[in-house]
Amino acid sequence: MTKQYKAAALISGGLDSMLAARAIQEQGIYVEGLNFFTGFCVEGHTHAIRKKDQNRPKRNNALWVAEQLGMKLHFVDVIEEYKEVLFNPKHGYGAHLNPCLDCKIFMVEKALEWIKENEFDFIITGEVIGQRPKSQRKETMPVIARESGAGGLLLRPLCAKNLPATIPEQEGWIDREALFDFSGRTRKPQMALAERYGFAEYAQPAGGCCFLTDAQYSVKLADLWKSRGTKAYELDDIMLLKVGRHLRPKPEFKVIISREEGEGKFLQGYKNQYVSLKTTSHAGPLALLDGQLEPGDLELAARMVARYSQGRNAGQVELEVREKDGTTRTLSVTPLPPGEIQKGWLL
Amino acid sequence: MSASDDVVVVDARRLLCPMPVIRVQNEVKKSPPGTRIRAICTDPGALSDIPAWARVNGHKIIATESGDDEHIITLEVGEA
Repeated sequence: MTKQYKAAALISGGLDSMLAARAIQEQGIYVEGLNFFTGFCVEGHTHAIRKKDQNRPKRNNALWVAEQLGMKLHFVDVIEEYKEVLFNPKHGYGAHLNPCLDCKIFMVEKALEWIKENEFDFIITGEVIGQRPKSQRKETMPVIARESGAGGLLLRPLCAKNLPATIPEQEGWIDREALFDFSGRTRKPQMALAERYGFAEYAQPAGGCCFLTDAQYSVKLADLWKSRGTKAYELDDIMLLKVGRHLRPKPEFKVIISREEGEGKFLQGYKNQYVSLKTTSHAGPLALLDGQLEPGDLELAARMVARYSQGRNAGQVELEVREKDGTTRTLSVTPLPPGEIQKGWLL
Repeated sequence: MSASDDVVVVDARRLLCPMPVIRVQNEVKKSPPGTRIRAICTDPGALSDIPAWARVNGHKIIATESGDDEHIITLEVGEA
């Protein structure tokens, strides 16, 4: 009886990993998907929070891909382990705080652990030589295979013909000739293959799946580390960086101000972890105060929050100050004039 | 997690997807086939993600209920 070979596919939800998995399924290999959750994944989060996005389809693209391909999908929570990758990337950061090459090595390493535990035979990814400037280059492909420990068990079906044969090809588990030789940033070969496979719909390809590639997000993360004097974070910290306006008027504290109702609702969930402010005399945002407040700081924060409320032109605005233990008091302040909110405060 | 009326409850409130799915997945891993798991979520994305995850992994959605702020999805663990 012929052995049924099994592959684990790294599924991001984008087109390339979808095509790679399908290409291997076409060769009679049983494929299951893996999706790694670092905490920085863009997928779904901000859409779920912001009210204006409530009508957008709430679809997890990795799950959607799995459904299209008729394969199982396993989420792998790597939030804690990922911190070391982000804090000390051996290969450095990209344009922002994105450690793309180290990230890919880490994920393939985790996939290797997974296939060993689950008795699968090899790993596939949707990587294409030259597709990404940091992690998907001719020189980095062997680095990922070597440093992850996967070696010849890592197969990239979309550019396999441009790379040395891997174990599945050498052993005849799959036919190398039926694989592809895609390279460069062009998306045309992927589009054509999608059409051949009958994929009329797929997530927007190429990039944008990680907040660490976002300039503004990276500024906020760097500020978080600087303010704490150490590179450290918890899941709640990095979630909060995705929400609201972040203003740091002093090194010791910052104010997170909701921009709309959905964000206000989300920030409310943190009321027992942060001192919060809410305007009561006028419609306005909810704000969280993060850091150590000195005398006068609370009033400054309240004036900033009042500035973003409907009472911005009023003489006085009343706010409810809520401590972490639930005790509340009222504060009446003059909204900060627009000129006094310094540009440098906004992260 | 707690069990009531033979249903294991997963509290995934305040978590954003895919964390509610991951919590359910972790509970499913340690549960025998036939176990019912009820996920209480606040992220409306869970209404599509948990059923999609259940479908691709061979589990059965028993019910979904949606209120203003909370969404409840009940599934039955399938065969491995």
